[in-house]
Amino acid sequence: MKKFVEGSHAIAELVAKCRPQVISAYPITPQTHIVEGLAKLVADGKLNAEFINVESEHSAASVVLGGSAAGARTYTATSSQGLLLMAEVIFNIAGMRLPVVLTCANRSVSAPINIWNDHQDSMTVRDSGWIHFYAENIQEAIDLHVIAYKVAEDKRVSLPVLIGIDGYVLTHAFEVVDMPDQDVIDKYLPAFSPVAHLDVDNPLSLGLLGGPDVYIETRYAIEKTMIDALPIIEEASKEYSGLLGRNAGGLVEAYRTEDADTVAIAIGSIVGTIKDVVDDLRAEGKKVGVVKLVTYRPFPKDALIKALGSAKNVLVIEKAVSLGADSPVYADVRSALYGKGNANVEGYVIGLGGRDIPASEIKNIFLNAGKGAENEYVGLNIELLEG
Amino acid sequence: MAVEADKTKHLLQAGHTACAGCGQALAARIVINTAGPKTIIANSTGCLEVFTTRAPQTAWGVPWVHSLFENSAAVASGIEAAMRYFGKIDEVNIIAQGGDGGTGDIGMGALSGMLERGHKILYVCYDNEAYMNTGIQRSGLTPFDSNTTTSPVGSQSTGNQRPKKPVFEIAVAHGISYAATASAAFPKDIEKKVKKALSMPGAKYLQIHVPCPLGWRSAPNLTVEIAKLAVETGLYPIVEFENGKLVSVRKIKPKPVEEYLKTQGRFKHLLKNEEELEKIREIARQNIEKYGLSV
Repeated sequence: MKKFVEGSHAIAELVAKCRPQVISAYPITPQTHIVEGLAKLVADGKLNAEFINVESEHSAASVVLGGSAAGARTYTATSSQGLLLMAEVIFNIAGMRLPVVLTCANRSVSAPINIWNDHQDSMTVRDSGWIHFYAENIQEAIDLHVIAYKVAEDKRVSLPVLIGIDGYVLTHAFEVVDMPDQDVIDKYLPAFSPVAHLDVDNPLSLGLLGGPDVYIETRYAIEKTMIDALPIIEEASKEYSGLLGRNAGGLVEAYRTEDADTVAIAIGSIVGTIKDVVDDLRAEGKKVGVVKLVTYRPFPKDALIKALGSAKNVLVIEKAVSLGADSPVYADVRSALYGKGNANVEGYVIGLGGRDIPASEIKNIFLNAGKGAENEYVGLNIELLEG
Repeated sequence: MAVEADKTKHLLQAGHTACAGCGQALAARIVINTAGPKTIIANSTGCLEVFTTRAPQTAWGVPWVHSLFENSAAVASGIEAAMRYFGKIDEVNIIAQGGDGGTGDIGMGALSGMLERGHKILYVCYDNEAYMNTGIQRSGLTPFDSNTTTSPVGSQSTGNQRPKKPVFEIAVAHGISYAATASAAFPKDIEKKVKKALSMPGAKYLQIHVPCPLGWRSAPNLTVEIAKLAVETGLYPIVEFENGKLVSVRKIKPKPVEEYLKTQGRFKHLLKNEEELEKIREIARQNIEKYGLSV
């Protein structure tokens, strides 16, 4: 059913249709509307779930960890400092192979305190063993949550999934979305059947001490599962797309990359702006395109290389940094392309802390392609730096 | 990783790697044997976790989960929510447990949250009065003047300079249905209190004093006697609260605190220091007066 809805409320409604059994969250801007929406659905009897209000994000993540270990389908959402406070538990959930689903309303990190959008928060846990999806728009945000549960709970995977949703840009924006009917979700998502869980009739111990004799194998197992998850994500996306009659999910999306000599790579809502710029430049006869990373972990190396085709210039435009080194996506892309052709790979950092990203700046990045920018910060106010 | 437990008489089996004379191993076995097989445990990081569950072995005969140091109360809250959702909340006992540091220092927020929300969980704190798993560092529950590796005795110090953190009283202040202290010296009392706690609604708190021969530098064969002396000197009051009201205390004929202190290396420096001894006597006097411990 098509409806005009705020991003957060769309996510809440969609998550409810996935029938989570234990939900726990702690309020943080700009995640709040999502969990408020779910709390109201529970209060109104429209969602049968235990909604646990906790005293910190650390405990929110711990509650869903416990719920998942007890065999329940779980959900939490957070943002920025909240995700940083959860970080210890985030790694723990992945190590315990618990298929928790978490929405990260992407927001910058402190200091200075800033409640606006960039991707620095979720990038801090990119190496934690969680599958990471990022949404370009509200429609994609809700589609990815359904696929997230499917992939997370697939017994071949059994790993948690984080869905990055740009704070404000998506959480507080209104869009017309195609909200799937309950029967579509029910058909797609079977009841959660855990690999192992806490059960008094079959007492298992979970979360054991793993010494040097077993630890590295636990990490290798996640690494291997991550790589094996790439086709499983594609398969899950294809199945859901079939039910919807339109495309949903996937690893990457290539936009007008056919015959392109210059291709941008980005994640999240900025891709919408880049697509507009690509359309404008194509109208001027420029051979440009953009590749969106829908799945960021596992890193879809082969799908990305294929999507880039024979592009001579690859422009990574991202809202995150690795202070003192190349920014995360830039480093990932350079690594993926190393030894694979001679493309010029450039890196641009843009829009941190919610700085507006005008189409003109994206256009300049395309027009200046080939000049070899390495981790260049776009749109800096020189007066502030020199003052 | 998941490891299947053996099912024999004890639900915390022999073969684990606790030190000789470990009061925590003793108390934890009594707790789980009393709670029975229909129990799920969420365990904090610490000695109890390390010595019972090194992969690929487990000493637990009940479903058991360890996540992190400070979150066993929150993990248990999630388990309780799942059991509630599945309609099994009245069929199982849920126990969260940890040491004094995991409970009253790093885990204080999670514990308070669990108590405040009223989950049907029994939280058990095994209080051996320092961070023993990492090598005898001072915790908030370390008693006054204890010699630990981070509150060492020196020319300028007589050991830990702060009084024991009143975590038990803080738990009681949450208005929970049941809160009690107990001691490894009195197994029948632990059994009685675990049974009582599990019969009460909502969140419950049990704090058990458990000697640690390694950390207290005491003889492993004297664990029970030393635990008993802590109670008999008035330094560890054994009390029971229901719905915020004191309902029972273990009465004592107070013995001199030196009888307890002299059994342990952590207090050895105090025995010839009359000024400091008087401060410890004052702590015992205050406990005795506060709870009416004297027969």
